[in-house]
Amino acid sequence: MYIPHTDADREAMLHTIGISNLEALFQDVPASHRFPKLNLPPGLTEMETLAELRDFANANETTQDLACFLGAGAYNHYSPPLVDSIIRRGEFYTAYTPYQPEVSQGTLQAIFDYQSLIAALTGMEVSNASHYDGATAVAEAVSLAYANFRGKRNRIVLSPALHPQYRETLRTYNNGMPVEIVGDQAGVALQSGPEALEALIDGNTAVVIVQYPDFFGRVYDLTALAKKAHEVGALLAVSVNPMALGLLTPPGHFGADIVTGEGQPLGLPLSYGGPYLGIFATRLEYVRKMAGRLVGETVDNRGQRAYVLTLTAREQHIRREKATSNICTNQALMALAATVYMSFLGKHGLREVAELCYHKAHFAASSLAALPGYSLWSDAPFFNEFVLKCPTSVKHINEHLLDEGVLGGYDLEQDYPGLANHMLIAVTEMNSKEDIDLLVDVLEEVSNE
Amino acid sequence: MNIPANLKYTSNDEWIKVEGKVGLVGISDFAQNQLSDIVYVEIVAAEGDTIQKGDTCATLESVKAAADVFMPVSGKIIAVNENLPDKPELVNSDPYGEAWMVKVELSNPAELDGLLDAASYEKHIQEKG
Amino acid sequence: MSEPLLCELSVSGRQAIRFPEPDVPKAELPALLRDDLPLPELSEVDIVRHFTRLSKYNYCIDQGMYPLGSCTMKYNPKINEETARLPGFTATHPLQPIVTVQGNLLLMYALQEWLKEIGGFAGVALQPAAGAQGELTGILIMRAYHAARGDTKRRKILIPDSAHGTNPATSAMSGLEVVQLSSDPRGNVDLAALRAHADDTLAGLMLTNPNTLGLFDENVLEVVRIVHEAGGLVYGDGANLNALLGIVRPGDLGIDVMHFNLHKTFSTPHGGGGPGSGPVGVAAHLVDFLPEPLVGILEPGDDDTAPLYGFIKPAQSIGRVKSFQGQFGMLVRAYTYMRMQGAEGLRQVSEYAVLNANYLMAVLRKSYHLPYDRVCMHEFVLAGVWPEVPDVHALDIAKRMMDYSLHPPTNYFPLIVHEALMIEPTETESKQTLDAFIEIMQKIAEEAHTQPELLKTAPHITPVGRLDEVKAAKELVLCCGVDSPD
Repeated sequence: MYIPHTDADREAMLHTIGISNLEALFQDVPASHRFPKLNLPPGLTEMETLAELRDFANANETTQDLACFLGAGAYNHYSPPLVDSIIRRGEFYTAYTPYQPEVSQGTLQAIFDYQSLIAALTGMEVSNASHYDGATAVAEAVSLAYANFRGKRNRIVLSPALHPQYRETLRTYNNGMPVEIVGDQAGVALQSGPEALEALIDGNTAVVIVQYPDFFGRVYDLTALAKKAHEVGALLAVSVNPMALGLLTPPGHFGADIVTGEGQPLGLPLSYGGPYLGIFATRLEYVRKMAGRLVGETVDNRGQRAYVLTLTAREQHIRREKATSNICTNQALMALAATVYMSFLGKHGLREVAELCYHKAHFAASSLAALPGYSLWSDAPFFNEFVLKCPTSVKHINEHLLDEGVLGGYDLEQDYPGLANHMLIAVTEMNSKEDIDLLVDVLEEVSNE
Repeated sequence: MNIPANLKYTSNDEWIKVEGKVGLVGISDFAQNQLSDIVYVEIVAAEGDTIQKGDTCATLESVKAAADVFMPVSGKIIAVNENLPDKPELVNSDPYGEAWMVKVELSNPAELDGLLDAASYEKHIQEKG
Repeated sequence: MSEPLLCELSVSGRQAIRFPEPDVPKAELPALLRDDLPLPELSEVDIVRHFTRLSKYNYCIDQGMYPLGSCTMKYNPKINEETARLPGFTATHPLQPIVTVQGNLLLMYALQEWLKEIGGFAGVALQPAAGAQGELTGILIMRAYHAARGDTKRRKILIPDSAHGTNPATSAMSGLEVVQLSSDPRGNVDLAALRAHADDTLAGLMLTNPNTLGLFDENVLEVVRIVHEAGGLVYGDGANLNALLGIVRPGDLGIDVMHFNLHKTFSTPHGGGGPGSGPVGVAAHLVDFLPEPLVGILEPGDDDTAPLYGFIKPAQSIGRVKSFQGQFGMLVRAYTYMRMQGAEGLRQVSEYAVLNANYLMAVLRKSYHLPYDRVCMHEFVLAGVWPEVPDVHALDIAKRMMDYSLHPPTNYFPLIVHEALMIEPTETESKQTLDAFIEIMQKIAEEAHTQPELLKTAPHITPVGRLDEVKAAKELVLCCGVDSPD
């Protein structure tokens, strides 16, 4: 259906080439393996395919049907239709990587604006054009830190309150590096804040990594931690929820050297986990060690301001085995979506949404904590996520919630064996007071069983 | 192509100018031409470092390429060109003069015998092209 | 062009979108309260116009052909955009209980099975976010396989000199030692060079086949045999799979692990630089090392009930390579494409991709130097240089193409061809489009000889001319409103 050739076209082309049939083009393929019969269902028409995909989609229960209190790294926020209307433009989504800047100024300038907005939001000096997601961004932060010290420092101090999937990804990625990771081993005290990491920071530490707000939703002042890291010359890397930065002091102001994060809350649909958006921003002094694409400003030969991929000598297509990373394709269209979102909400709108999340989460927390049998696990300040200690298993509670049309919070026992019966609850601007009251009612019922 | 006769060269396009036990190291005119406009120079060796022949002493970047500069000899670094990182274009305009990168006290002068003289280096470049 | 930046369009006091007042009592604001949020203040109509105008400075597939070798810039079907946006998909949270997302899991399971079938593999993981990440996953699997057998000496990876830059970058990232392999005069892997390195320190070979010259390795079975005999594994870079669908299965040739590029072969859009998707397929002996999570059948179904799909972690998994399950939205698009093609459709894709490339090559070789005189696969390489006009380079040809409203082909890659122009038309370009492309290329070849200054100063009609890339690298301006530290 996408191949426009007629029989006449094909015959004319075969004639020009000087062969009689298509098979003649494949003589270099070993005869014993040529033209296998692929066991795939026969192709459907567009109409039939759409019907089938609709069936799959309808087989799911979604955050449109259920009140969602599930977060843990992906959040149910409002994605304005305007965002999708822009990224649906063929000029943006069917465009190639902007290696030929003269015909790619749309993409290049949009990414330059993305870099500017992320730098402003995180309080850092420079941002790259995106990474795959929050998890791989942290992994690349470790690579940057390791390369920064030329391998002479090999301790990574890692908070146990960094997203479990990010910590797993980091370990998979640095399997090739001779590094020692400390701070998140099993049995470590989870109630303490980042001050618990200070004792682990030594002269061999390349980087200290924390999350803000952390995986349990807690918000801590990182000034003291930054100071301790810098005293020994180590870097501080902070993984963020960018929505929280609509309200909270950004990590750049604490003295972070690297800020990474998951950009999904910036107008990207949940979409069962992807495509998402890896945020990566640093101080200017690390710009050459940063992986990923960078757009810079320059002029053209007519004296006009224009944009171009720059510092490309770091990248794989030039540096090859000496590249800072192997990354090639990134998440450009999602970065564009986030740029549209951030400009649409702007200075006032992002603050409004962040405040809604904050107030609703605090209302939910205090209402739930008032229930007999339930309590808040931590009294640390939080943004829109908190941990609720429950009288019974989270699995059991979530089954009840699902029956009532509610998607319950994350069962922390999956990642932290010491936190059985603890639920991580997220609240966003999409949760009405009625949703929250329903959550409270069902949890009360469960505790009365 | 400028290939001063009084220098020694490596097959990786570094030059060394030796006076007594001290050598000045940089990259050749051929190399700067291949790389085209240099936008960034980082001298990774530091004063006081003990360094081996073949170790990276600097890295260069142009718009289309990046290159490491390797030590032609072993020894102790006694000076680095602190001006160069601020003016990377000197590598293009004055590769044998102001764009020297490190000054080294040779620990093993016999290593010089393994390097190319100007005539051999010229032949080497022609074969490469 | 003169489209302002967002920070320049901003007008203090503007707010485009408002949200409801809180319907709950307000809590006391946190101590760590931000005092300034320096985001722009714009009106909705300004935003729409700004991005609409910006979009018009882009070339795109919806507008014209991209003859970009190794990128497979085929048409991006609109139906894919519709299915990927079905709310039943977009409104699902990655951590929802599996019983609530059986539609998603069934789609992913089917996609795994189809990629296994197309590639000739025993297992497929859908998680990697792009080709390069798929490569990293594959190399980590190879390392884990050798380590599990106590074979810790194997640290050497052989990579042909024609390989894409991600191959050596990935190997170096994984802590392996990269050894470059030369190609022979016919563009095949040099067998003598390969044999010389085939010892017990060999972790494996990364092979792109057809390679970046667009040539199918005439000795591929022997290449694989040599590596296997030495105890190494063969990694297949699947970037060029568009030539092989229904033609040959890499697994059948002995490839042990391969990544697929859904954004190349399987029509998902490039998005200006992503998102992509790079699933990985492996042979039976590597299935246990795949990353987690894979989608599997947890409870078999029967006549009355559907199977229960869920996540499984392979027995010796290398672990997780990113958060959640992968680029799900891109998986939906690829599934949609493959569902419409079927086996017959996929074979036609490769047949016509290869036909188109050979057609272009047959005609253009009369105006341009063809370094490798062999039947090509889905792409081929010309040298963008003529001895009689030494001042004209591939770059100039590329820039002049833009004056004919065409996107240039890939330049300066592969590295083994001097002044390379790598051309891949893909199967979605008609004979008419190809003939128009040929005409332009012939015209430019003529101009190179008669009016070379037209090429040297090109492009002329694009919104911006040649850019000062040296200035961009030396005077770093990477953010709006920040002056470069001069």
